[in-house]
Amino acid sequence: MNKHYLAFAGNPNAGKTTLFNAITGSHQHVGNYPGITVDRKEGSTILGDSKIDIVDLPGCYSLTAYTQEELVARQVLVEERPALVVNVVDATKLERHLYLTMQFLELGVPVMLALNMMDDVRSKGIQINVKQLQKDLGCPAVGTVARTGAGKEELLRTAVEYAQQRNGEWRPLEISYGPDVDPVLERLSAMIAEADILQQKYPPRWVALKHIEGDDSIIEQGRSIDPELSEQIEAEVQILRDHCMKTLNTFPEAIIADYRYGFINALLKKSVFATQPQSARLDLTDKIDQVLTHKVAGPVLMLALLYAMFHITFTLGEYPMELTHNFFALLAGGASAIIPDGVIQSLVVSGVIDGVGGVLGFVPLIMIMFIIIAFLEDSGYMARMAYMLDKIFRSFGLHGSSVMPFIISGGIAGGCAVPGVMATRTLRSPKEKLATIITAPFMPCGAKIPVFLLLIGAFFSEHRAAVMFSITLGAWVMALLVARLLRSTLIRGESTPFVMELPPYRLPTMQGVLIHMWERTWEYIRKAGTVVLAISILLWAAMTFPGLNQEVEQTFIAQQIILEQQLDASTNQAQQEILREKIVELEHEHSLAALKNSAAGRLGQMLEPLSSLAGFNWRTNIALIGGVAAKEVIVSTLGTAYSLGETDIEVSGDLMSRMQNDKDWNHASAISAIIFVLLYAPCFVTIVVMARESSWSWAMFALIFNTTLAFGLASAAYHIVTAVA
Amino acid sequence: MHCSIRHLQLHDKARIISISAGGELGRRIRDMGLVTGTEIEIVGRAPLKDPVAIRLRGFTLTLRNNEADHITVEKLEPTP
Repeated sequence: MNKHYLAFAGNPNAGKTTLFNAITGSHQHVGNYPGITVDRKEGSTILGDSKIDIVDLPGCYSLTAYTQEELVARQVLVEERPALVVNVVDATKLERHLYLTMQFLELGVPVMLALNMMDDVRSKGIQINVKQLQKDLGCPAVGTVARTGAGKEELLRTAVEYAQQRNGEWRPLEISYGPDVDPVLERLSAMIAEADILQQKYPPRWVALKHIEGDDSIIEQGRSIDPELSEQIEAEVQILRDHCMKTLNTFPEAIIADYRYGFINALLKKSVFATQPQSARLDLTDKIDQVLTHKVAGPVLMLALLYAMFHITFTLGEYPMELTHNFFALLAGGASAIIPDGVIQSLVVSGVIDGVGGVLGFVPLIMIMFIIIAFLEDSGYMARMAYMLDKIFRSFGLHGSSVMPFIISGGIAGGCAVPGVMATRTLRSPKEKLATIITAPFMPCGAKIPVFLLLIGAFFSEHRAAVMFSITLGAWVMALLVARLLRSTLIRGESTPFVMELPPYRLPTMQGVLIHMWERTWEYIRKAGTVVLAISILLWAAMTFPGLNQEVEQTFIAQQIILEQQLDASTNQAQQEILREKIVELEHEHSLAALKNSAAGRLGQMLEPLSSLAGFNWRTNIALIGGVAAKEVIVSTLGTAYSLGETDIEVSGDLMSRMQNDKDWNHASAISAIIFVLLYAPCFVTIVVMARESSWSWAMFALIFNTTLAFGLASAAYHIVTAVA
Repeated sequence: MHCSIRHLQLHDKARIISISAGGELGRRIRDMGLVTGTEIEIVGRAPLKDPVAIRLRGFTLTLRNNEADHITVEKLEPTP
């Protein structure tokens, strides 16, 4: 069987991924390019007796090396040498889409065009003379409609045929870039050809062109291979640059771009004809935009949509989440019944089952969330949201697209930072993305809410709504201010240009949405699953070991035996009741003693002198330490620490009254605790996802920085409120 | 009359005279098809007046006002 390796490439919104999905169907998988968060999508299909492997390169507008996507696309072409690049273009916008095609042709890699959206071409009354286009570009072109799959067989047949015909040969297209650039280009190519640098990988004229365009990646490579020649070349380029500035007041790379567009225009004049006037008519997208980006209706509809989306996710997500929760509770119950009491049981139940349950509990939420995100993205509305909100977010050093991660993380109280951080993937501006990743976990996620409800119930029960609202508002203020702070210090730098396409509205394909959803969900299960399980076991150990010493343990057991004997002996109903209560109390004291003696408990006590600055006693400390594993743990650990056993929020009345009666708790420490819980370390699942979207060092930075910030603010608040009261 | 894109009104049409942006911004602008001689039309402004949405070569793109400042255009009279 013949094997062919093709690369799909094209502008974002060209329908490239839709075509890739239509061709490969379920025969695809997603990986990662080493070191960066760009997805590497691969798939395969069979055509006659050929197996066709396809890599779906990330969408990009150009083959320079400014963005990760472009760099990756270029690397694959040069390092992996696919037999053919299938350049997917939106045939209604050939003028712009062919700009990337030109760059493939300049590089010389075997390329063919998939003229996508041919149905739109027809309905817009455009005629394309495909034969003429093929002749002028010197490569095959096939019309397709990715959404219906029309033309895909012909595309593949042509691709295989042409790949065989070219047999991997690179044939760089040489066009003129005008009287200023051409002579220098020729001179430099001759120098490069003679010195024989980079020739294994790139054609000499292309290397020269990239030097003139100021392509950092190629210049770097040149320097490392032949510093002397590089210096000569750079000097020549500088002379050209000065000359262009002086005589034409422009940059050489701008001249090169002009000539590329000139070439494209000349070519399109011969092969593309409009049979009806194009500019006069408003298409559907324009009409929709008149409403959806209207200066009043636009923002109102956007807020309504965001709220609806949020509401749908979390109400719809509640049932499957409940189900998973119950399933794992059942599993834990089963395990407790089978495995005898002791360390092993505790490890399986509290370490493994709770850990895995914690991870999988998020899965339904992530699935629903990403169906909605994929829908918004593929439909074209996401770009409009960024467009409408950019002004606000930009003033804090973020990007219009930062809104989605913030909202999902709990910008409307009750979200979850895990899918929130994962949603930053749509941000193509690295600095803005990083600032968003670090600040999104400030939002009041669903797991922080029970803690707030407990504290509000205990200390501010008369101002419930007002306090909840202030918490959400406070989170937004902090997230934006900290983003601003980071963007003017650690993540300093020019904001990434906003130059962004507003794609036409389209109804997303079911297949595209589902594939997108499944990719994200699977990635989450795979990555978070392994790491979180390990961490969960670690935290379990910290809260379990070292156990109580033999003597204390014996005393508890002895007391329990005495009480149980008394219970057995008793005949008086009232007395039995009292004894039963005493046994429960003893059990709670027992677990409190064990917790207090554990590594986490000792750490909590050790930290008390420090934490008292913010008004936290050691019991609170233990709960907060546990909260790093998952914020859900805070309330239940507080329950254990107040020797109430594990507490559910539903029956937390006892805990509330104990806290009200504890002299360590008052309004000041409650406010301080609310601030701390809102802002401190993201939970471990979030940290793992953060590391995945940025790097482990940034995730660790967030852990330390957010905790320090939270502690500073909590302490300040504690002292101010204490002084005022 | 020459002016920057920022000073155009909604639905104004214009032709690009020069682009003064270099570096990454300049490159992004060129990649999206904004080069000298291109005809553009202002098709919208965000609710907060910034960014601006322009139509060229059959598609719509957005850029911030401070980015649009680098692009000098010549306003075209509306075709009757």
